[in-house]
Amino acid sequence: MGMTIAEKILHAHTDTPEFKPGDIIRVNVDVALANDITAPIAIQAFNKSGLNRIADRNKVVFVLDHFTPNKDIASANQCKMVRDFAREHGITNFFDGGDVGVEHALLPEKGLVLPGDFIIGADSHTCTYGAMGAFATGVGSTDLAAAIMTGQAWMKVPSTMKFTFKGELQPWVGGKDLILYLIGDIGVDGGLYHVLEIDGPTISSLDLSNRLTMSNMAIEAGAKAGIIPADSKTEDYVRPRAKRQYTTYKSDPDAQYVSLKEYNCGNIEPQVAFPHLPENTRGISDVGEVLIDQVVIGSCTNGRIEDLRIAANILNGKKVARGLRCIVLPATPEIFINAEDEGLIKIFLESGAIIGPPTCGPCLGGHMGILAQGEKALATTNRNFVGRMGDTKSEVYLSGPAVAAASAVTGKISSPQEVM
Amino acid sequence: MIFKGKTFLFGDDIDTDAIIPARYLNTSDPDELKKHCMEDADPQFPSRVENGDVIVAGKNFGCGSSREHAPIAIKASGVSCVIASSFARIFFRNSFNMGLPIFESDQASAEILEGDVVEVDASSGMIRDITTGKSYTAKPIPSFMQDLIADGGLIEHIRKTGKI
Ligand code: SF4
Repeated sequence: MGMTIAEKILHAHTDTPEFKPGDIIRVNVDVALANDITAPIAIQAFNKSGLNRIADRNKVVFVLDHFTPNKDIASANQCKMVRDFAREHGITNFFDGGDVGVEHALLPEKGLVLPGDFIIGADSHTCTYGAMGAFATGVGSTDLAAAIMTGQAWMKVPSTMKFTFKGELQPWVGGKDLILYLIGDIGVDGGLYHVLEIDGPTISSLDLSNRLTMSNMAIEAGAKAGIIPADSKTEDYVRPRAKRQYTTYKSDPDAQYVSLKEYNCGNIEPQVAFPHLPENTRGISDVGEVLIDQVVIGSCTNGRIEDLRIAANILNGKKVARGLRCIVLPATPEIFINAEDEGLIKIFLESGAIIGPPTCGPCLGGHMGILAQGEKALATTNRNFVGRMGDTKSEVYLSGPAVAAASAVTGKISSPQEVM
Repeated sequence: MIFKGKTFLFGDDIDTDAIIPARYLNTSDPDELKKHCMEDADPQFPSRVENGDVIVAGKNFGCGSSREHAPIAIKASGVSCVIASSFARIFFRNSFNMGLPIFESDQASAEILEGDVVEVDASSGMIRDITTGKSYTAKPIPSFMQDLIADGGLIEHIRKTGKI
């Protein structure tokens, strides 16, 4: 019987010769990732176990990206715990200080995650790497501690739902709009326990950046992973970065899916997710008048150079609306350097935007852009839960970078067409 | 293992930011986290919850972040177990890895009311609402995960068996 990409990757990483959806198997881990919030708990579990054993220190990645540069004493102590552990155990892939980028933008850029890998991360958006044809999934800190010690994770074999995108993209529509549309269609638990396999001619036409945005939000449909088959674009991206072998997989024509769905992109306009769930999506023409206090352009979803180019193209020569804060956070140091070289940083500053360092910052309500009671923000991030960016009586709307930049100019949620 | 306590009711899609808001994640100390458990969904929860109490929720409980601070906060606040019609997958595995008992039952989730006293038999998955006299059976737990709970969580399991 044919296999899906997910099944082929699991097959290549387990000693269990035969398995079916629902079975629990042990899987060999290529990369185990944690950040400054989740690594401390993994380190405590590691220490408590008394085993003091690291299966392969080169497969462990720690990125101190959430509350850094340390926002207060407590977060400084958490970072110090991770720093000390990394030094003591010779963790090679440890990102601190000026090396920090938002983890899911950083790892692909550094060539640390590759097609065909099985990756776990103590961060729910680890599913981002599915865009490179990897099986990547979020786990908890205890899972991560176990993987650090044994090199393995336990996994309930998922079944796969297939989504095919066809047709030409409308103006100003990108990966963010497609994935918001999909989540709006199936709901925040529509993919629960499943793998989403995302494919089709429209997806083939997208660059890696847009694909990473799509896989990033698979978790917002509850899914275990969001896999996009690797193609020549993936290989062009990966080849100069990879420092080890990788394998690309395709699903067999007779692979089994629990469901098949097709979307015609000709009908998909720029999307906005209303508070307080990513499934509350509307096309931009149905948004109505929503005045906003803040725009955030950044995060592992849409903080890459391609996103900044789109935003800068719209903000060029214009001014951020009076009374609105527009915060731009390039997701990694390399993205920041490129944005500087391309003149994007100047455009942002001249428009009145605020530039922050590569950090998660306001995405999870950490720091650098917290909302007051009653305030509304439009963000290129991935979650708009109650209190996600600040006060429990604030509101977060989600969109792609084009709508976010246009809205920063008008002060209300707007189509890019209104300002261009 | 039998759990008994009064219930706190929550709706669908209770996310990890509602269970423990990210603004408190600059620490992983259970005693700090429990002070803010569920506060964005029910500000009274931290002061009203008592040892043994049970959370009953709708679908997709624990969606969102991978933070283990969520089951840690729930455990630290004294909650003995969580009943929901479904759990988000990372929360699901975190709970087993850390030894927080969770039970899936559509009917129990739909019928149990706020403040009812319930009794849950962990080994059989029998849920009894003492207030109304009704009984429910939770979905069976795969044997590997029963082993995890019996061993006291994933790390203890590795300590015992030398592997996952
Ligand atoms: S940018 Fe936001 S979603 Fe991405 S890793 Fe950071 S906090 Fe999580």
